[in-house]
Amino acid sequence: MPKIVKQKIEFEGRVEEREVVLEGDDVPIWAADQPFRVVGTPVPRVDGGERASGAAQYTADLYPAGLVFGAVLRSPHAHARIRRLDTSRAERADGVRAVLSHLNLKGIPWYNGLSALFDTELRYAGEEVAAVFADTAAAARDALDLIDVEYEVLAHVVDPEAALAKDAPKVHASGNVLGGDAERYARGDVEAGFGGAAATVELRAETQDVLHHSMETHGSVCEWTGDRLTIWDSTQHIFGVRRQVAAALKVPLDHVRVVSRFMGGGFGSKNQAAKYTVLAAVAARRLGRPVKIMFTRAEESIAAGKRPRSAQRIRLAAGRDGGLVAIDYWGVSGLGAYRAVGSPLAGPAKEMYACPNVRTEVWNVFTNTGPSAAFRAPGFVEGTVALDCAMDALADRLGIDPLELRLRNYAEADQVLGRPYSSKFLREAYTMAAEAAGWSRRAPTPAAPVRSGGPRRGFGMASQIWGGAGSPPAYAEVRLNPDGTVDVRIGTQDIGTGARTALTQIAAEVLTLPVEKITVRLGDTDFPYSPLSAGSQTIASCGPAVRMAAEEARRHLLDTAASVLEAAPSDIRLESGGLSVAGVPDRKIGVHELTGRMGNFTIAGRGFRGANPDGVTIRTWGVQIAEVEVDPETGEVRAIKITACHDVGRVINPMGYVSQIHGGVIQGLGMALCEDHVTDAESGTVMDLGFDSYAMPRQSMIPEIEALAVGRPDPVSNNLGVKGVGEPPIIPTPAAIANAVANAVGVRVTSLPITPAKILRALQAPPSS
Amino acid sequence: MSSVSASPDAPHAVTVTVNGRAETLRVPARRSLLHALREDLHLTGTKEGCGVGTCGACTVLLDGRPVLACLVLAVQAAGRAIETIESLSRDGALAPVQESFVRHDALQCGFCTPGQIMALEGLLRRTPRPSDAMLRRAMEGNVCRCGTQLRVQAAARDLAGERRSR
Repeated sequence: MPKIVKQKIEFEGRVEEREVVLEGDDVPIWAADQPFRVVGTPVPRVDGGERASGAAQYTADLYPAGLVFGAVLRSPHAHARIRRLDTSRAERADGVRAVLSHLNLKGIPWYNGLSALFDTELRYAGEEVAAVFADTAAAARDALDLIDVEYEVLAHVVDPEAALAKDAPKVHASGNVLGGDAERYARGDVEAGFGGAAATVELRAETQDVLHHSMETHGSVCEWTGDRLTIWDSTQHIFGVRRQVAAALKVPLDHVRVVSRFMGGGFGSKNQAAKYTVLAAVAARRLGRPVKIMFTRAEESIAAGKRPRSAQRIRLAAGRDGGLVAIDYWGVSGLGAYRAVGSPLAGPAKEMYACPNVRTEVWNVFTNTGPSAAFRAPGFVEGTVALDCAMDALADRLGIDPLELRLRNYAEADQVLGRPYSSKFLREAYTMAAEAAGWSRRAPTPAAPVRSGGPRRGFGMASQIWGGAGSPPAYAEVRLNPDGTVDVRIGTQDIGTGARTALTQIAAEVLTLPVEKITVRLGDTDFPYSPLSAGSQTIASCGPAVRMAAEEARRHLLDTAASVLEAAPSDIRLESGGLSVAGVPDRKIGVHELTGRMGNFTIAGRGFRGANPDGVTIRTWGVQIAEVEVDPETGEVRAIKITACHDVGRVINPMGYVSQIHGGVIQGLGMALCEDHVTDAESGTVMDLGFDSYAMPRQSMIPEIEALAVGRPDPVSNNLGVKGVGEPPIIPTPAAIANAVANAVGVRVTSLPITPAKILRALQAPPSS
Repeated sequence: MSSVSASPDAPHAVTVTVNGRAETLRVPARRSLLHALREDLHLTGTKEGCGVGTCGACTVLLDGRPVLACLVLAVQAAGRAIETIESLSRDGALAPVQESFVRHDALQCGFCTPGQIMALEGLLRRTPRPSDAMLRRAMEGNVCRCGTQLRVQAAARDLAGERRSR
């Protein structure tokens, strides 16, 4: 019988106590020395052909018959009130079928009640004012110009530190600080720690607003059949979209189906339903036609979410041997105009390194800018820039090798929750990365800024801590077809991570069938529930459910074979798709022969994700080493090589693992050196409206990347021994690059992006103490 | 609406060869080749990443050379030959360039992939054995947010027959 227990669950850098329903016993965890046939081997993605041939249909590719196109009018002001709105000219325009605005669409609260789907107070330049629906996308966009709006422009604030000031313009009537106050944490006695320290360092770190810029923009296609709604959505969370849209429209859950078979990237920006989905659903119902809204690239730049900028101050105190005695951390993160949760900026400072006295304070602040969203390891990328650059400065101060300093401050247990880690193979990762990167070639950081001469090499490193344990609930179904092929159904998403392939490998392993015999169907709320594809949790949450479902099917297969082969089920062996009786090799039957003989009597299995182990903290770990070349005359930085080694438990698909490392490192490289989403403080409007002005890494700036995995399974995390790999590889990259730049030219730039101008300014600055 | 005959939405008849087939389109002058391919001919393998010529996702071959379909008007393609990603695979079998992308995992979400593949195909037709620098330069205009750049290099090198191991 199912029972409910309380568990501490980590998600996106935060720990919450949640109720977990336990249905029964999990299958035993795979042993560390378990022999595998498919798991742990590189398998090219099973849907690669569909994607490479252009056959894969993304939401953007759907043009159902009778389609109506929506376009959104957005606020030109960072903060304004709508005094008067007249949509009548737009309604009369050629091809226009409907216009929605606050005049005819009321009563849909949004952003946890802070606002409405159409609010009359607009809190960022880009907020939705009205939506036009027309027979062509061009007609819909043309008609936006025919909407007459009179705005009362209000005072705005775009910088989170400025928004903290007492006299700052109020983004929300309830105030600019999320929750009304800072989030604080303390252990030990920080002042006493600083009092007795042999060395202290202090630095300020600033990280910029960073855009996700998924190649497929945000968008939905909605179609009603009677009172049933189907939504095709470019989303990381089909079940979340179903829940939110059903609630907004006040329709039952079973009347809403959400489909996302292929989606073109999200990185955290597509974790929930958004206004366009509800607008398309409302218009589709009113018009009796399918409706599509896809963002333009410019809309993607102003209203699709961002990693919000941060400002941080960190002080470290250490003994002569480099052992940390105190960490004092203060940080401010933006939220944009709307966000329900803050950035866990202080996560690394609290937990990465062993330290008895720690104090952290984090302010999450609303501004009149586009809403922020989770972005691949939210808060931890930013927090690692402050912490690991400070560690590097401390190493230089004490004349200790930065790697040695990290080893001396190795945290053996979770100092925040006061309990052991399920496993931690970070020492192994340090050793593997140092050897692969040639860390021994690192020269000491120059004592004075290097202002001239040719390009200089530098090495820098940074550590990584993150969750990625996954959790229940997640469910899967496995069915064997009469021809011996297998359908796996699971309501998760493959957002480009290769989840479909890894889940295929798990089912293939248990059923001893080739990968080609398995089809994993996902991205449909008609399939069993799975959580959002975020928090590095997909394989850790869904993989164990697929394994359990496959194990149940396997048991039924063995039982059925036992009656056909007239033997005890315990004597039946399943190997390479064949069933035989132990010790009697000629009493055998192939899986496909058995299922064929059964016809449509179906062998099936159902699986669920078991609970996480009690009393331990599950973390992913890693280290990256950057080798860069800095030209002190121009300030230009060229990344030469990034060596990454992460401990993410058992690796199901080493090929997918390496691709995830590449993705994280390359996004981290962009954040370190070139990406900058700029909002003009005076006008409150966005300056970069696409790839011409928002610089993302392209071929010419990609360094060599060596992706290593410790590869040791976690002994208790779940029945696969896996942890997640989606987010860990972006976390240390910017800090490692910043440290390598400092090692090259002797000045420390901790304001991202590290542009040539900032390096030259730092090199030319008069020497400080 | 006005009765001026030069309405931007007045259709023009345009005959183009798409993937070896003659097609007659009736398109307004402002309709891009990209939208004509996707919406009029239902060839949705060619993707729109930006619509303004900055990302390469809509790369197709026009008379054998790679172009950005969002920057070509459908009417400009009159009388010319267009090849899209759909032309490469035959009867469900992938072309070597596509197979190489899959084998090297040179795609993640896959949204930029058709454009990447057509850009590479265009390069290799002109220059069957390009240098590494030429490969990178030819692919510089293809934005990938997932971070497949090194995998794309490997797929391209393999295809170029150099088969260097990393």
